[in-house]
Parts: sequence; C-alpha cells; structure tokens
Amino acid sequence: MPSSSIEVRDLRYRYPGEHHDALTGLSLSVSAGERVAVLGPNGSGKTTFVMHLNGLLSMQSGEIAIGDTSVTEDHLREIRRRVGAVFQDADDQLFMTTVREDVAFGPANLGVTGDELNALVEQTLARVGASGYADRNPHHLSGGEKRRVAIATVLSMNPDVLILDEPTSGLDPAGRRELIDLLAGLDQTQLIVTHDLPLALQLCERSVIVSGGQVVADGATAELLADEALLAQHRLELPLGFDPSRL
Amino acid sequence: MHAPDGFLQPSVALVTAVISFVLLAFALRHAGSELGDRQVPLAGVAAAFIFAAQMVNFPVAAGTTGHLLGGALAAVLLGPWVGMLVVSVVVIVQAILFADGGLTALGYNTLNMAIVTAFGGWATYLAVRKLMPRTSGGVVGAGALAAGVSVVLSAAAFSIEWLFGASAPVAFDTVFGAMVGVHVLIGIGEAVLTGLVLSAVMATRPDLVVGARHLTSDELQAKSRIGMRPFLIGSIVAAVVVGVVISQFAASSPDGLERVAIDTGFAEAATDHALDSSLFSDYATAGVSNEALSLAVAGTAGIAVTLLVGGGVVSASRSARRRQMV
Amino acid sequence: MSGAHGSTVTRLYVAGDSRIHRISPEVKLVAVFAVVVVGAVTPRTEVVAFSVYVVAALMVVAMSGIGLIKYLRRLTVIVPFILFAFVIPFVGGGEKLNVAGVALSVDGLWAMWNILVKAALGATMSIVLSATTPVTNLLHGLTRLRVPRLLVAIISFMLRYIDVLVEQLGRMRRSMVARGHDPRWLWQVKPIASSAGALFVRSYERGERVHQAMLARGYSGVMPAMTNQRASINEWIAVMVYPAVCFGVLMLAVV
Repeated sequence: MPSSSIEVRDLRYRYPGEHHDALTGLSLSVSAGERVAVLGPNGSGKTTFVMHLNGLLSMQSGEIAIGDTSVTEDHLREIRRRVGAVFQDADDQLFMTTVREDVAFGPANLGVTGDELNALVEQTLARVGASGYADRNPHHLSGGEKRRVAIATVLSMNPDVLILDEPTSGLDPAGRRELIDLLAGLDQTQLIVTHDLPLALQLCERSVIVSGGQVVADGATAELLADEALLAQHRLELPLGFDPSRL
Repeated sequence: MHAPDGFLQPSVALVTAVISFVLLAFALRHAGSELGDRQVPLAGVAAAFIFAAQMVNFPVAAGTTGHLLGGALAAVLLGPWVGMLVVSVVVIVQAILFADGGLTALGYNTLNMAIVTAFGGWATYLAVRKLMPRTSGGVVGAGALAAGVSVVLSAAAFSIEWLFGASAPVAFDTVFGAMVGVHVLIGIGEAVLTGLVLSAVMATRPDLVVGARHLTSDELQAKSRIGMRPFLIGSIVAAVVVGVVISQFAASSPDGLERVAIDTGFAEAATDHALDSSLFSDYATAGVSNEALSLAVAGTAGIAVTLLVGGGVVSASRSARRRQMV
Repeated sequence: MSGAHGSTVTRLYVAGDSRIHRISPEVKLVAVFAVVVVGAVTPRTEVVAFSVYVVAALMVVAMSGIGLIKYLRRLTVIVPFILFAFVIPFVGGGEKLNVAGVALSVDGLWAMWNILVKAALGATMSIVLSATTPVTNLLHGLTRLRVPRLLVAIISFMLRYIDVLVEQLGRMRRSMVARGHDPRWLWQVKPIASSAGALFVRSYERGERVHQAMLARGYSGVMPAMTNQRASINEWIAVMVYPAVCFGVLMLAVV
C-alpha cells in the first residue's frame, strides 16, 4: 500500500470579497504513513487548508508537495488521484444513484472500465466492510454505512493520502467504532480534521491545532490534550469526565 | 397541467415535440457555457428543488391548497436557459417515471410548462424590472409579476395548441376563456409564492439570483422604496378575493384544466361552423359563437405568446453571448 | 405524489424477477414508447384495435407482478383528466344522443373515450416501466439509446437528490407544525414560502459541494461511461413483438 509525505510551506489564502486572510502562513510537514489529527475551532481555516491539498482551492501563496509532486495546475490530475478527500456530509460525496456507481466514479474518470472496474468496486467495498452494498441506493444507507462507502469512493482510486473532514460527526457509537477500526487498518497517510478529541487520541499519535489560519501547536496528541490552557485558548473541549492520561 | 397521451392531435404533438427538442438542445449548450463543469450537479440539484417545491402544498383558502409551478421562478433564480432546462427535466421525469403527463404529450407539456413559462416569464421580468426600483424589492416584485403572467401565457399557449389540435368538440373560445380565466387566478397564487420564495433567497444569498446580477452590492443593501409590505398587502387583497371566489366552486380542485372542464359545462355550445380553415382543428372552430372575435383573440394571444417567448429567447441568448465575451 | 416522509423516487421500483423486470432497460424504453405512440395515432373509432391494446397492456401488468392495487393507485395520476373527459359529452356540440333524458353529444362521447383510453394506455406503460426498472438501469438505458450523456447525468442527479430535499422540507415543516403553524389561507403562506426559499439556497450550496466532491475524484466535465452491457438482437426481436403486434392491429384496422 503506497503512502506519501505531505509538505506545506507558508500557505496563505484570502476568499474573494473578504477583508482578511483565512490562512495566514500555514506550514505543516507530515511523513509518509503518518496519521495526524487537525484540531481547531470553527472558522479557524482547517477546511480551507485541506481543500488546498488536492487543488480544490487554488493556491494564492505558498507551496504544497505530496511526495515529490508539487500541487499545481499541471499536476492536478495526478494530485487528485493521489489525494483522496472524504467530505463531511456523505450525501455530497455519494452523488450517484447506486453505491456501485459512486465507488466506480473516480476510477472510471481515470479510464478504468469493464470487468476490471467491477472487480475494483467489489474489492474496495469489501475493504470497508460493505460487501453486497453495490446495488443499494445511497439514500437508504445508515449514517455509518454512508461514511464507510464514502471512504470507499476514494479508496477505489488507490490514493497515497486520505483527508477526512469530521469523519465521526453524526455517527452512533457503534458506527463510530467501526469507522475507527476501518481507519486504523488503512496504511495511507491520513489527515483527520475533527472536533472529536477522543477520536484524535485513539487514532493519531500526533495532532496539530490550527487557529487563526496557522498551526499554533504541533505535538503528541496525548500531550496536547493534557494541556488544558492550550485547549481552552482555542475553544477545544474534552468530553465531560474524559481523562486523556488514562487511555 | 400535465396533459396525458391523446389530449391533442398527433400533428400538434409532433410539431411541439420538435420545437421543444430544438430548444432543449440549445438550453443544454447555453447552460453548459454558463455553468461550465458545474452544469451537471447544479442543474440536477436545481431540478430536484423544483420537483420538491412542486410537492409543497400551499394553503389557498379555507384549507384548500395549491402548488408552485416554478417556471418563472427558475428563470429568475437560474437564468432563462438553465431555468428552462431544469423545468424541462422535471417535466420529462414526471412523464417517464411518475406517469404524470403522457409520453407522446411531452412536446406540448414541455413547451407549455417549461419553455413558455421560463422565457415568457423572463421577458416579462426584464420589462417589469425596468419600472421597478433597483433594489431587492424591485427584483422580488418583478419576479412575482412575471410568474403570474407566465402562468397565463402558458394557458394561452395551450389554448392556441387546442385551436390546431383539439381532440374534443369543445370550441376554442370556450377553452380559451376558461383556461385563461382560471389561470389568471392560479397566476395570482403563483405570483405571491414566487415573490415570497424570491424574497427569502434575496435576503440570504442575493449573489445566487441570476435575475439580480444587474444590481450593485450597494443597491442590494439599499432599503427598497416601495417596500415588500405594500406589494404583499396588494397581493394578499387580490388573493383574498380570489380565494373567496375559488372556494365557492372548488373544495379540492387540484388543477386548472379540471376547472375548465366544469366551467365549460355552463358554456352554451352553438353549432355554426366558423373559422373554417384546414389548418385549424374542426373541433376547436366548430361552435365558436363569434368567429371574428375568436379569430382576433386567437391571433392576439398567439402574437403575445410568441413575442414574449421569442423576446425571452433572444434576450437570453444575447446576454449569454455578452457574458462569454467579457 | 405524497411525500415529506419516505422516499419518492426509490419507492417507484417494485422489486421482482418477472420477465418484464428482466428486459434490458433500453429495449423496454423503446417498446413502451412505441406502444404509446401506436396508441396515440390510432383513430378513436377503432374500438377493436384499442381492445387489443388494452388487453395486451393488462397482460403486461399481470406479467410484471406489480400487483393490481399498486397499479390502480398509480393510475390515479390521470384522474383529473378522466373528470375532464366525463364532462365533454355534456358540453360537446353536434349530434345528440338521448340517454335517460339527458342529451349527450355523440362526438363528445367519442372524444371522452379517446382521451380515456389513450391516457390510460400511456400511463399504464409508464407505470410498468418505472415499477419494473431500477432508476439506475433506466438511466443506463437512456445512455445506450444515445440520449445526450449530459441530460442523463442531470436527470440522475435530480433523482438522487429529490429524496434528500424532500426530507429537508419535511424537517422544516415539522418544526413549523411543532410551533403551532397550521396555515389555511394564502396570507399565512409566508413561513412555508420562506422555507422553500431556504431550500433553494441549501440546494444550490449542495450542488456546489457535490461539484467539489466530483472534482476531487477526477471529474473533468464529462461523465464517465459506466455501462457496457448491451441488449442482444434476440432480446430486441422478442420484446419488439409487442409493439409490432399493436402496430399490425392498427394496420389491419385502418386499411
């Protein structure tokens, strides 16, 4: 299973019509195969940042490289194959009328067809524990099923890097645990944007806190979560009664 | 107004199918150049919106309900080409999947419900907009009026098709009178609903409304001088009158055509053959009580519909071209 | 078209494995369309021909196993036009026929029959089509029939998101009802209309997010082809027997 490093240097971005920068010089370096949680309050620039990683927002200033490929217009096609983005609302990700077509959409855009495509779909669904879902309508899946199938839609492109935006939001406890098991079993480099601090602790040895458009803290998840002053400063809160040192 | 198979003669079905097909092809192209690769998701989700909006039951009077048709609304929100495309898709899906409107009636159903309402509504909108203040309120008022007019145009277009391809011995002037009469009332409802939906969109995301692109951001924020209130009160007074009249007749009448059927029951059917021409359906011309008047009405209505719809198409193409050049 | 709860689109399909279910979608589409066209162009006086069409259509309904009740319930779509049709004999001109003291227009009776039988035949074909073909297969069928892929894709996205939007609407309405909103008059319509406006904004934003999700998976403006099976010649021949018989009956009747 391939994985790539992520190198981000001094990323700045301002939305058209806005008066201040959403990203104010964000730098981050993640090595291949690492799993990193991206924490931070609403409006801190987390989503703006991750949307740069596969070129959904085009860079205004700074540099990004996935492995040794820089994210520029010329490499967009390759970058989008290598960086799989799983969006927060699975109903945005699952836009076709069957699970099969959704999982096939990415590889079909890369030119995979016929039996090879069908085999790829079955194989990918099996990896996320959704074998036999191929002909179901995404609308009829449960929240947890939708999330796993949404991950399958990018895994089928065989990416090196996975970006997950709030992967556990809206899931019931069992669905959340299944999702954690799934993510723990994948070898891709992963960036997990989340408000779910226990999830960060469970899945990621390392976390970064993004606030005001830049990385303000970077370190071992357990240490960051133990720093109450730091968390409070950036509007982050652990669930009541949750003690990170006891996990 | 989803006419079923066999409602108009095959010749009319064929001619309207050709017209609709050609315009749909143009709409696909224009929408493509306007939206780029966003065309598929945006038009698809917008079509789902129109479909869902048509399912919303609005109270009319004393618990009776009506629903939005949405042609003019789609044109003002999304621009005439995208609007026409989106409503056409809704009409096509309703026929194929929901048996709502006949497959062989797709030509005239698309023409009346999508093309006439979108382009006729757009032309009316552009004309009325000039008389309104350059504010959000102006956009809402012009959109509402255009929506009302678009429904009447649609009814007029159906009546003219009836003149050429009637399938039943009901004279043109009876159909025209009843169709247009009933749809004036439906149009008032459509105007109120469209105005309210538009004002809700203008209040949150005016940048999405294609019909408001002529306004600068200062003009969007300016308090409208005529204001929504007098407009709403005016519409509501009209609606009350209409509501009382309608509630006299129909407790659960869902559709204008059905009303026409009942109204025609009161109509006197004369027997002299008038307006004789091989072009017109014998049925639609038989029993016309005053042939000169009917011919004048048909001619005027035909010219009005053609001018407005044609005008809408022309100005839509022109503004699309201008956008491309910029 | 009731809605607000439950799905609108996916409820159309009635799961089964009948011979009608198994027909390839493109063949089924063409056959359905052909039967409706033959019906629509048949002169209304050809009662024998129409009898054949109706019997054949009912046989197809029976073969499809969708169930009489379900079929009849969906057929109610044409009720407004049935009502219209019943009025025509009373208002129609021309020769009158005296039935139980009421003068009915002979021509009007024919017109009524014409609208009834053609509307029912057409609706029956659409019902069989949507009840025996999953939406996705229907879209594949349209693609294989060379309907522009762009149009099919727009229809596909529409069908995917109708139920999502209808549910959103249902939630908004429930929250209004929960706060005691029970409108009965047009001047009380504002909250509902505002929620429709809000729904448009949400739909548009949904469309933009979906567009990004597509780009993220390599979309470049052209929908990828994902269907490769085609119906065999034998299947075409076997299925087209149905419209061919209808057409033959029509020819026999008029010639």
